[in-house]
Amino acid sequence: MNAMTEPVAEDGYNFAFLDEQTKRMIRRAILKAVAIPGHQIPFGSREMPLSYGWGTGGIQVTAAVIGRDDTLKVIDQGADDTTNAVSIRGFFRRMTGVATTERTDQATIVQTRHRIPETRLAEGQVIVYQVPIPEPLRWLEPRETETCKMHGLAEYGAMHVKLYEDIVRYGRIETAYDYPVMVNGRYLMRPSPIPKFDNPKMDRMPALQLFGAGREKRIYAVPPYTSVKSLDFEDHPFEVERWEHCCALCGSNDSFLDEIVVDDSGNRAFVCSDTDYCGERRAQGHQGAGMPAGYGQAAADGAAPGRKGD
Amino acid sequence: MRADEPALRIRSLRKTFTLHLRGGVRIDALRGVDLDLFPAESVVLRGPSGAGKSTLMRCIYGNYAADGGSIRVAHDGTSVELVGAAPRQVHDLRRRTLGYVSQFLRVIPRVPAIDIVAEPLLARGIAAADARRRAAALLERLNIPSRLFDLPPATFSGGEQQRVNIAHVFIARYPILLLDEPTASLDDANRGVVVELIQEARRDGAAILAILHDAAAREALATRIFDLAPRLAEVA
Amino acid sequence: MKEQPILEVRDLTRRFGLRTAVRDVGFELWPGEVLGIVGESGSGKTTLLNCVGGRLPADDGTVLYRTAAGPAVDMLALAEAKRRRLLRTEWGFVHQNPRDGLRLDVSAGGNVGERLMALGHRHYGNLRQAAIDWLAQVEIDTARVDDAPRAFSGGMQQRLQIARNLVTHPRVVLMDEPTGGLDVSVQARLLDLLRRLVRETGVSAVIVTHDLGVARLLADRLLVMKGGEVVEGGLTDRLLDDPHHPYTQLLVSSALSV
Repeated sequence: MNAMTEPVAEDGYNFAFLDEQTKRMIRRAILKAVAIPGHQIPFGSREMPLSYGWGTGGIQVTAAVIGRDDTLKVIDQGADDTTNAVSIRGFFRRMTGVATTERTDQATIVQTRHRIPETRLAEGQVIVYQVPIPEPLRWLEPRETETCKMHGLAEYGAMHVKLYEDIVRYGRIETAYDYPVMVNGRYLMRPSPIPKFDNPKMDRMPALQLFGAGREKRIYAVPPYTSVKSLDFEDHPFEVERWEHCCALCGSNDSFLDEIVVDDSGNRAFVCSDTDYCGERRAQGHQGAGMPAGYGQAAADGAAPGRKGD
Repeated sequence: MRADEPALRIRSLRKTFTLHLRGGVRIDALRGVDLDLFPAESVVLRGPSGAGKSTLMRCIYGNYAADGGSIRVAHDGTSVELVGAAPRQVHDLRRRTLGYVSQFLRVIPRVPAIDIVAEPLLARGIAAADARRRAAALLERLNIPSRLFDLPPATFSGGEQQRVNIAHVFIARYPILLLDEPTASLDDANRGVVVELIQEARRDGAAILAILHDAAAREALATRIFDLAPRLAEVA
Repeated sequence: MKEQPILEVRDLTRRFGLRTAVRDVGFELWPGEVLGIVGESGSGKTTLLNCVGGRLPADDGTVLYRTAAGPAVDMLALAEAKRRRLLRTEWGFVHQNPRDGLRLDVSAGGNVGERLMALGHRHYGNLRQAAIDWLAQVEIDTARVDDAPRAFSGGMQQRLQIARNLVTHPRVVLMDEPTGGLDVSVQARLLDLLRRLVRETGVSAVIVTHDLGVARLLADRLLVMKGGEVVEGGLTDRLLDDPHHPYTQLLVSSALSV
């Protein structure tokens, strides 16, 4: 049995890597962001010991809010054991010494890339999203001054043009991830490249949602119990993905499934993208149809949807 | 409009051109013209070339700006002063009161003949189908072959263009008609039709002012001749 | 006539450094009227249009606009949110280069529907139908509603730009050389279309052009600009056939038969 000990960070580094002034600066940005739900706040993004695009925004936000008694969970595409998740978790373990977990319900902070856990987050928890491009209007307006103005005046009509184009091309709204949302009926926001399957979880979520974009130097937030609505058309309402399959491992029919090629002859299986959720269900005795024969010889990486968002 | 009140009353009308590109030369084109034009009469302007017949007509239409005097037009039951009138007032007069057959047809190159003729009706808010039907009837009467209706008149012969021009004005039944050589470049048969149209308009009460070099047409149409004296030479 | 002008521009001035591009220009625009602004390159006509249309800040002057709701507002002094809203709904702006006024990679329907979406229309089927109706209005094959204008000809792009502006039934449309850069035959077709649309929609328009032939066919009234000032104005055919100001006489005599 492990005795409770004060977390110890690696020698020569400040707690959570960033210096206290920087953390204070980021926390001020976060406070502003919480005060204006969905509004992007510029911040002085620091050089991190990872390249941009590997979650430097999320890491800085986490570093600014993490305390010695926090428990951190890091996921990438829903999984705790993928490269990005493992390396970020390792980073914080060395830089803070705080406890880490793979259990969603035991974490106080969840840093995520591209997913929201299936287990409903509760009051008191914080979810930190890694954001590559924070500006939802960027595709139609390259000028930052102009997008600022459009946000300021809530000129969001043109955003529907993007969805309109989807229907023109595919007969339905085909945007599957990073699906634009209106926050608190006021600010248009990119939810980061989570699948639209996760969008409804953002609406009135009891946990605090923080978003960090390191390269773009922006932080935004959705405070607990804030309305988050996905854009849509009256005759093409917002819908989430549905699968004909259940998870091959835990039998779940209500979680986001990854399609995995299991062998060289092209056999496939569908399994939960949220590894913790899947594991918990199996621990409770739920069981799926099982993986096809030959599983295990396939690439360990799997084939996860959402990768196109990288 | 009452027949005993002039449709057009012109007093002391003056028009001078100043040619800045030629060192400011001034040309007196009209010097003190007085003319009354009554409903249901055809006044033919007479005078040697350069006497200002076309200039007078253009001043009345607002195409040239008169420099002095008065042109009062009976319009909508009132009398409107045209000299110095605002452009939109001139437009209003042209839309409903003043019809002008110029010597040249000036139109957008691509527009079919029938639409050119129908346009004055459309401008008054008449439905497109009805306007086109009336335009077709008038073109037919003017012996324009129906296969030409949907072609732009740029390719038409001079006489055909002239008849499109006439149809474009006569379709609208203006109470005042200004006709600058309406029968030039027409053969006898078509001249006859045009004379007939003008006669009908006059019998319907239109006040007509015309420039007609063609003696036969003048003979047939003129109820009165108005002589314009030749103007003086250029003054520096 | 009790009618009032829809637009009254007073003493508009715009300087670029020491150079005054537009000096104390004023004009009125009446409902249903097409006003042409002619002059050579550098005469200030496009700067004037951009200042009136809120695309360029003016240094001085007022642009009184009588709104659909009734009251007149000074567009130059109006709060930005209101001004942009008016520009998006009651005004239109047609650029010389359709690339500046269209989203070339968005379908024709999306281009036409954008202003409606900005007004809160959220029914895909209705938006697409409105776009189809407008494509027919501007003589674009309605089968191309889902095609991106990048593949359209210059004339089609320009007509699409016009449809995109007119879909919200604006009351004032500003056009900067709308027929510039088009082949003569395409230009003629566009002129015809503009005349028809002006007549049918009753929209008021200000058209900047250096082409007196275009001005003659489209405009009810003309202003002639030179060196940032209006030197002469009046009925279009009067101004072209009986020009008074020396510069207007030069301009008219230099043009190939207008």
